[in-house]
Amino acid sequence: MDLAYSPEQLAFRQEVRQWIQDAMPAPIRAKAEGGGHFEHEEQMEWHRILFRKGWVAPHWPKEVGGTGWDIGRRHIFGEELVRANAPQLSPFGLTMVGPLLIQFGTPEQKQRFLPRILSGEEVWCQGYSEPNAGSDLASLQLRAEKDGTDYVLNGQKTWTTYAQYADWIFLLARTDASGKKQEGITFILADVKHTPGITVKPFLTTGGTYAFSETWFQNARVPQTNRVGPENGGWTMAKALLAHERTGIGGIAESKRWLQLCKRIARETPVGEGSLFDDRSFRERIARLEMRLRSLELLQLRTLAAAQVGRAPGPESSILKLVGTEIQQESTELCMDAMGHDALGWLDSPPEVLPAIEQGVASSFNYLRAATIYGGSNEIQRNIIAKQILRLPTL
Amino acid sequence: MNFDLSEEQQILVDSVAKFVANDSPVERFRKLRDTERGWDPSVWARMGEFGWLGVAYPEEQGGFGGRFVDLALILEQLGRGLVPEPIVPSVVLAGGLLSKLGSDAQRERFLAPMIEGRTSLALAYAERQSRFTPHDCRTRAERRGAGWVLSGEKTWVLNGHAADQLVIVARTAGDPLDREGLSLFVVDGDAPGLERIRVPGMDGQRSALVRLRRVEVGAERLLGPAGAARPHLEWALDRAAAAACAEGQGEIQELFDRTVAYLKQRVQFGVPIGSFQALQHRAADMYAETELCRSTMILAAIAADYEDADERQAEISAAKLQLSRGGWFVQENAIQLFGGIGVTDEQDEGLFFKRLRVLQGLFGDADWHVARYQGLRGFASEA
Ligand SMILES: Cc1cc2nc3c(=O)[nH]c(=O)nc-3n(C[C@H](O)[C@H](O)[C@H](O)COP(=O)(O)OP(=O)(O)OC[C@H]3O[C@@H](n4cnc5c(N)ncnc54)[C@H](O)[C@@H]3O)c2cc1C
Ligand SMILES: Cc1cc2nc3c(=O)[nH]c(=O)nc-3n(C[C@H](O)[C@H](O)[C@H](O)COP(=O)(O)OP(=O)(O)OC[C@H]3O[C@@H](n4cnc5c(N)ncnc54)[C@H](O)[C@@H]3O)c2cc1C
Repeated sequence: MDLAYSPEQLAFRQEVRQWIQDAMPAPIRAKAEGGGHFEHEEQMEWHRILFRKGWVAPHWPKEVGGTGWDIGRRHIFGEELVRANAPQLSPFGLTMVGPLLIQFGTPEQKQRFLPRILSGEEVWCQGYSEPNAGSDLASLQLRAEKDGTDYVLNGQKTWTTYAQYADWIFLLARTDASGKKQEGITFILADVKHTPGITVKPFLTTGGTYAFSETWFQNARVPQTNRVGPENGGWTMAKALLAHERTGIGGIAESKRWLQLCKRIARETPVGEGSLFDDRSFRERIARLEMRLRSLELLQLRTLAAAQVGRAPGPESSILKLVGTEIQQESTELCMDAMGHDALGWLDSPPEVLPAIEQGVASSFNYLRAATIYGGSNEIQRNIIAKQILRLPTL
Repeated sequence: MNFDLSEEQQILVDSVAKFVANDSPVERFRKLRDTERGWDPSVWARMGEFGWLGVAYPEEQGGFGGRFVDLALILEQLGRGLVPEPIVPSVVLAGGLLSKLGSDAQRERFLAPMIEGRTSLALAYAERQSRFTPHDCRTRAERRGAGWVLSGEKTWVLNGHAADQLVIVARTAGDPLDREGLSLFVVDGDAPGLERIRVPGMDGQRSALVRLRRVEVGAERLLGPAGAARPHLEWALDRAAAAACAEGQGEIQELFDRTVAYLKQRVQFGVPIGSFQALQHRAADMYAETELCRSTMILAAIAADYEDADERQAEISAAKLQLSRGGWFVQENAIQLFGGIGVTDEQDEGLFFKRLRVLQGLFGDADWHVARYQGLRGFASEA
């Protein structure tokens, strides 16, 4: 057991820090420094910059374009990105379908998809949820019927994050309705932009942005070679992918950013003669949350270290999701509290009323109510912990 | 002790509830939230006709001589429909101060038409650095001849974008953080030198940034004695906090009722989700908080009429804390239990959520009220 960084790791931190500083284009840097909210195109621009450096997928094996870094380096890298307030990358390709294809894809699929995920040439989204299949994901109904060498897809997905930007969707479809619900599901990849019969309708969220969509399938044909894993074996794929998703969804990096912002807002919020940061009780609230986040970060490192020696992320990733999303919400709540009256404002408030660093806070605060819902709600995570880890009996 | 409504109060509550159901369901708010003004003058005029705007003013001022509780009961019902007309800024804040401090001539001119729903008012008190401390005021008023010249900047002036007159808090003596030396002035919305920048709120309601560049007013615009406004201002802000608890109660109750209905109706895993014990317990806790909010809301509404300022403030702080903590528990869980649908804009629950968050941050947030309570109840001296 040893938590100290080696001299090599410390040198690596300097290298990363310097590189980020040099590589970040001026408009992105200006936004990052102002605490601004990044648009999809800005995310993708940063994605391509990281790709050209070979740093876009530190967690992938080296053979398929990863970095081969150990946990320490990956952690340092993540910390430096947060420190610089760099745009966050879309997770659907890099941390969800990518690792799944690496694990279960055919050689052709790997060759076809992985390089384009890395380069950012193709953007992905996740088609799991349906109006009547939320927490009860296995009750999904979107049908995939074989016809010649194709699957014909009919049905509806919902809450599909960023489907409006996506080139590809990975989805779960029902291929057999006869047996147990979990046993008739197949994991399929579909080209959103070029498949006739797929339509995407974005929803407005309470954050005031168009984050997710309804996705409709009407006789949409995709080749059977787009199936990942065996037919009716999609549930195993789905669960493997969700475990990847949840390790990322804990949002530790995001929470660090929020706490960073919270301190900054507190420093820049005038109160009487000084600033809010002079208020001891408010500083304490920030400190308590930061310390709790530190516990969670160590838990994540333990999980990753276990994964590095071959233990796949299992049900303990539920703790990361559960606690991490709560911290994420609390840290935006704290930012709102720090803002005082400014928290009453909204996205299109004039800049002379709402300082730039505060502009996106209320929107994110509202949107992040979803963090404890998406990726399997926190109630579902607690059920998973109770059943799969604690082996508690059911009624 | 009697928590029951009188017959007249019950009639009032029923008529407001009927108005919300028939004339101002959430749908009306939805349409208004994208408009410049954010509320509807013709509905305001009807509220005047109904007598709601004058319910808590003395009869000799054109009111109905009711108590603050009566206004609170109206606000609670309006909260259930997210009715956006500016009762708190106009009736409770600016109108309250006019009623309390105004001369007959001032009340005749500024209060009477507002009670009739022909004009609306606003109170400009907050500044960039003031947070929730009303006497932290840098806006100044200097004598010029018989009148005054006002300069400074006020933020988050509720209804400031639309008000016919604004009551401005300005310093006529002392340094920025002095407790005394504050005065109140009634300024016309279109006075030369007064600039108002309309600000869209998170809750879909509007406020304004108000800039005063040497705005000149006559002596007859000074409200109450010069330099002595602080206790009155605190009184008005206390009543606004009590009003926020009342309106918030309507929203909390509405969110709670909608959540319970949804738990019975939404099916996952082949059963209504309300059959999961984890959610039953959550609903039970939400129920407990809703009832605690109702209790302190009543307390705050009664305390709003207390003569003793310390007693009034301590009770209202307790209620505001409950709105901010207990109400928050209800609202965050309401969204959680609705699942993905709860964070879509087309679903009404998010609108209630946002309005509540705004009310929690107005007239002193939870931290501020806890600190004030400690001071009033003697905690501070033990430290
Ligand atoms: C912002 C956002 C983005 C999303 N992005 C995507 C995406 O990209 N792709 C995708 O496929 N999906 C996405 N989702 C969908 C998300 O995974 C679902 O919302 C989630 O699984 C919950 O399903 P539901 O919304 O139908 O809620 P429901 O399943 O109806 O749940 C309602 C409430 O009941 C609780 N509940 C349900 N069952 C139980 C139980 N057994 N025990 C205790 N409590 C229970 C839930 O926790 C919740 O609080 C997204 C959702 C949101 C909000
Ligand atoms: C100080 C003290 C004084 C007492 N005095 C008296 C007395 O004067 N007369 C008397 O008759 N009894 C008395 N009791 C007994 C008391 O009523 C029982 O302890 C109580 O009913 C719980 O029963 P139990 O201790 O067997 O716990 P259990 O019933 O075994 O419960 C264990 C835990 O499981 C939980 N639990 C049980 N069922 C459910 C469920 N369906 N859903 C969710 N959670 C559940 C409980 O809440 C508890 O946390 C006393 C107990 C104490 C501790």
